[in-house]
Amino acid sequence: MIKHRVFIIFTLMEALTLGLLLLLGQAQVSARRVNELPPLRAVVSNLQLTDLSLWTEARYTRNPSQTDLFTPFQDFPSALEHFPAGSIIAPSRRP
Amino acid sequence: MRHLKILEYALSALWRRKYKNLAIVLVYCFTIAVLASILFLTHALKTEATYLLADAPELIVQRLFAGRHDLIPLDYADQIGKIPGVAEVHPRFWGYYYDSLTEANFTLLETSSGHSPLTMLQGDLPSAPGECAIGAGVAKVRKIDIGDDLILIDSSNTGVSLEVTGVFSSRSDLLTNDLVILGREDLIEFFGFSTDLATDLAVRVSNPREVNTIAAKIKRQWPNTRPISRSEIIRTYAAVFNWRSGMMLSVFAAALVAFCILAWDKATGISVEEKREIGILKAVGWETSNILELKFWEGMAISLTSLLLGLLAAYVHVFFLGATLLTPVIKGWSVLFPTFHLTPFIDLYQILVIGFLTVPPYVASTLIPSWKAAITDPETAMRG
Repeated sequence: MIKHRVFIIFTLMEALTLGLLLLLGQAQVSARRVNELPPLRAVVSNLQLTDLSLWTEARYTRNPSQTDLFTPFQDFPSALEHFPAGSIIAPSRRP
Repeated sequence: MRHLKILEYALSALWRRKYKNLAIVLVYCFTIAVLASILFLTHALKTEATYLLADAPELIVQRLFAGRHDLIPLDYADQIGKIPGVAEVHPRFWGYYYDSLTEANFTLLETSSGHSPLTMLQGDLPSAPGECAIGAGVAKVRKIDIGDDLILIDSSNTGVSLEVTGVFSSRSDLLTNDLVILGREDLIEFFGFSTDLATDLAVRVSNPREVNTIAAKIKRQWPNTRPISRSEIIRTYAAVFNWRSGMMLSVFAAALVAFCILAWDKATGISVEEKREIGILKAVGWETSNILELKFWEGMAISLTSLLLGLLAAYVHVFFLGATLLTPVIKGWSVLFPTFHLTPFIDLYQILVIGFLTVPPYVASTLIPSWKAAITDPETAMRG
């Protein structure tokens, strides 16, 4: 009759670890909101940034919020999107 | 007590085929880890983008020519400034630079004087001609630091040497990784901007609720412009990091299909040995409900263990290891790509969705074929 005890204890430990990680995450979120995110927002505000510096392979992937639907296909008629990041970026929803 | 004994029997049955069940747990756990990693990563990036870009310019006005972005005349700024409700119009000068030495693309941005010190910047922003501040990615790829020279080739094919006065901290990589900040005059001279043109205009509005109204007025008065509001910028990143789009959807769908195959394999039938086992249990007096409970515990033990292990693995992968396994998928052809220091923004709704998408289907796919065997005559079941 030992297997079910091992299983229950193991499952409870997994759930407890996950719960502790989620609580730790919440604490990190609170700490980061106070300590790190305001200086980052100051960078955005001072430099008037509009986009994250994620995909630097093309101008429309570097600044997806500033580009239009035309830009990925502008090289020539019937041009296809060829940058990998273009596959990740969905078109923004117009209001 | 009876339930615990049935659980004990279920675990013993799983242990009798431990290698097969361990393989199922590993595959199941891996599938859940991939699904959860994508959800955690996209949600964290989306939340971080929403929070960081909340201080982006309220309204950006671009000029279009033949459907393409073109430079905007500076006198548009004077006229836009006269629209009621507009507090300030600031011309922005910025552009892209391809560095043939490292095959990387940099973003060159101007800064005017009078900014408060930036905590994320080691050193200073440029305050005199011939100075620049750079992102951590630029510093790393060019192997330079504060006090070194950054040499770029300008629009007249002339080498320009800029002294690095500041390097952004790697904690701000998500915003500054590829940036090179120059003084306005240096940037204008570097790209050869005409004296009456800027890249675009940043408009500050007195009442944030009037942003859309002012954008509509600008569009009406200058039909060749394209106003972009802050809410559109944030909405763009909500769409970019939506797990229902792009390559993320492909990876997510592949993992989900793998899981469906696993569940389908379970649902399409049980082995002769398992049928015989059920027949023997029925013959010694087990009720159909007891057998179904047994199979329920078997399915639940595997799926619950796999779910919890998968979620733990995904959390560690995304928030402790910086999503290193997903980075090659996301990176594309970018030479400069930031290291993720993601804040663990978790949406409990997504964890519940993963749980409901994976556990009940697997348990159901275990129960249904077992129910068919459980209602079969024991002698027929034992004969196979």
